[in-house]
Amino acid sequence: MTAQASVAAIVSEAASNEYLVFSLGDEEYAVDILKVQEIRGYENVTRIANVPEFIKGVTNLRGVIVPIIDLRLKFHLENVEYGGQTVVIVVNVADRIVGIVVDGVSDVMSLTPDQIKPAPEFGVTLSSDYLNGIGSLDDRMLVLVDIEKLLTHEEMQLVDRTATQG
Amino acid sequence: MLQETTHILENLLDYTRRGELTLRRDIVDTFLETKDMLHDQLDAYRNGNEPDAEAFERICRILQQIAQDELGLRNAVSAAAEKPAAAPTEAAKPEPEPTPKAEAEASGDSETAASGTRQLTITLLGVSAKDRELLVDELKHFGDIGAQSGDEARFQVTLESSESQSDIEAVLCFIIEPEQLQIEASAASANADVESGAAEPVQASTTTAAESAGESTGDSAPGSATATTAAKPPAAGGAKAKAAAKAKSKGGESGTIRVPVDKVDQIINLVGELIITQSMLEQTASEMDIVSHGPLVNGMNLLQRNARDLQEAVMSVRMMPMDYVFSRFPRLVRDLADKLGKDVELVTEGKSTELDKSLIERIIDPLTHLVRNSLDHGLESPEKREAAGKSPTGRLTLSAQHQGGNILIEVIDDGAGLSRDRILAKARSNGLTIPDNISDDDVWQMIFAPGFSTAEQVSDVSGRGVGMDVVKRNIQEMGGHVEIMSQPGKGTNTRIVLPLTLAILDGMSIRCGKETFLLPLNAVLESLQPLAEDIYSMAGDDQVLKVRDEYLPIITLHHALDIPGAKTTVTEAIAVIVQGEGRRYALLVDDLIGQQQVVVKNLETNYRRVPGISAATILGDGSVALILDIADLHRLDRRKSQQRHKAKHHHSVEVQPA
Repeated sequence: MTAQASVAAIVSEAASNEYLVFSLGDEEYAVDILKVQEIRGYENVTRIANVPEFIKGVTNLRGVIVPIIDLRLKFHLENVEYGGQTVVIVVNVADRIVGIVVDGVSDVMSLTPDQIKPAPEFGVTLSSDYLNGIGSLDDRMLVLVDIEKLLTHEEMQLVDRTATQG
Repeated sequence: MLQETTHILENLLDYTRRGELTLRRDIVDTFLETKDMLHDQLDAYRNGNEPDAEAFERICRILQQIAQDELGLRNAVSAAAEKPAAAPTEAAKPEPEPTPKAEAEASGDSETAASGTRQLTITLLGVSAKDRELLVDELKHFGDIGAQSGDEARFQVTLESSESQSDIEAVLCFIIEPEQLQIEASAASANADVESGAAEPVQASTTTAAESAGESTGDSAPGSATATTAAKPPAAGGAKAKAAAKAKSKGGESGTIRVPVDKVDQIINLVGELIITQSMLEQTASEMDIVSHGPLVNGMNLLQRNARDLQEAVMSVRMMPMDYVFSRFPRLVRDLADKLGKDVELVTEGKSTELDKSLIERIIDPLTHLVRNSLDHGLESPEKREAAGKSPTGRLTLSAQHQGGNILIEVIDDGAGLSRDRILAKARSNGLTIPDNISDDDVWQMIFAPGFSTAEQVSDVSGRGVGMDVVKRNIQEMGGHVEIMSQPGKGTNTRIVLPLTLAILDGMSIRCGKETFLLPLNAVLESLQPLAEDIYSMAGDDQVLKVRDEYLPIITLHHALDIPGAKTTVTEAIAVIVQGEGRRYALLVDDLIGQQQVVVKNLETNYRRVPGISAATILGDGSVALILDIADLHRLDRRKSQQRHKAKHHHSVEVQPA
């Protein structure tokens, strides 16, 4: 391997291991930064009838209609409030643009592979299927969410399945 | 093989154009058959199969027969005489612009553009006398042939032509290989090289051909066919020459560009955004004091006008003329009429009427079906027509025209018309109950029911009873509707009304609770404030509204879509009478806001289909409003009331998800 190629490999590895850290209540979560398109405030969401509670509705993102999902409701957190600090992370997964509502975005972290531990078997709310693992950084614990798997999962009802119940 | 057939056909068509060959029905039949066979040949080669040699030989024989019979020894106008007088030679003239002539020339177009001509010396190496003759014939199409000299090994022709060298080369390469050909732009002195004495025998033979052009062109049809077999250029060389000729002809069409549809869609989206931003600004500007902000208000007005113009211009990019659809019907009608033994004249009107590209592609199938129906069931056989005192030739009209914001496409035949009795009889035998005084319109609508066919015999053209309901469904999916008007003995007129484009919708905005929705304006019939005495209950839950002797089911929008804070008293609400997929009902909403044109945004791009909602749009304040799907809303309400019903009767403790 030439020196240049190895540098490129290191750079790309480092890039793919950057995570955007956000908070839901007191918990800290993180998503792969490459999936994040932008971060914006929570405003002007049009409600959609007959959908699960955590789907807040749709909003206008510069002319594109984007669904907004509240992860706090999805994960059954208490004290769901919408204020000036409420933030929407717009992610781009599976050729779709989806906004997820979180309590706040704190920072961008680089995690090396040895800082990522396999996720333990959780309860029902957040199956370990949706997790890339647990990131430990000093005394902080970050839940690394596989946002693509989470959002395209059937129970999110974001993607049309051929057999929707009548 | 392909070459031979195309050459014969080309030549024949050329004579037709020059008026030397009068078209008859059987000739046209043969031509069309040839075209089909060429298709087959091409497909065969593409798939690496051998084409059907037998069919090919048969066609060639027929074509040659026609060529001989029709043209025979008739004296045709000399091709050379038709040419415009050659302009003074300008040897140094740069190459004329490439024009789409190359192809036209290949088929023997003799009308040379009288731009600059110059003298070319064409040298043919190792070409037999027979082929030489043929090549000289071809060259005559390019301009005036000068001196000719040489023998089989080396033969020189001087030509005064305005065509570029590569064009001539491309055409000649159909017959000989590129290596056998040399073309040089020569000075006038080139003629001096030609020794008249030595050249005489050859010249004599070729000039006879040139002078008695009548005979030679007449014979050249079969002649060229045999000549090409003899020469048989290798496929690669021929293909290259053809490609070059194609490229040339493309180069001339600089008036159009091909752009991927999604690029156009992106522009349309962006313009939509611009319009929304502009109306947001306008709203803000209208609250300002016009005296102190005069220039701003003026600027806003200008911006508004420009933005609207821009939107219109961009929308027109997606528009395509109806000719794209209509142009495929003459052949279909012809073939079908032959098959059914009917005499049909096809008239198309409004070919240049423009329609959105996505609609134009989707209208083809329904329209084809309607045309087939008209031919099979509508128009009668010539005998029956004569017996009914009509001209034996049936008339089928396809027309397209704008009507308000819609496009109206009509399929009109002057056939027997729909038979009310037969439809009713069929409906009864299908187990439908029919009121005695049913109107004609309602009867005609019955033929759109699935599985409905009054044809006594199922043919491979139509009559299976699956067509019309598919036609209707397709057209409804496009946001349009179908109407039928028919008079016994006079004919049937099927009218398809379509919106001009799917990207913009005329909507009626309504309010329910704090939420704003849009109803497609073409679904709205009227709106009224319901009176308590016009509301009747049915089976406890359901309510109907009496509107002018008609009882319409009531659907409450806030029930169907779980809208909080809506008006619950029926008499305070507004009833909008809507119609979708043939169902009519009264939709209860809180308020009407007004009519507006909106840009339709797909919900499924990033989300999924939502029951009762067809799409979304962005309002002037930047917020999203949902566009209601009238027919689906009805189904949604049905489901919901069934659930409510069940929940009530089973005393279920299940909590509905909000």
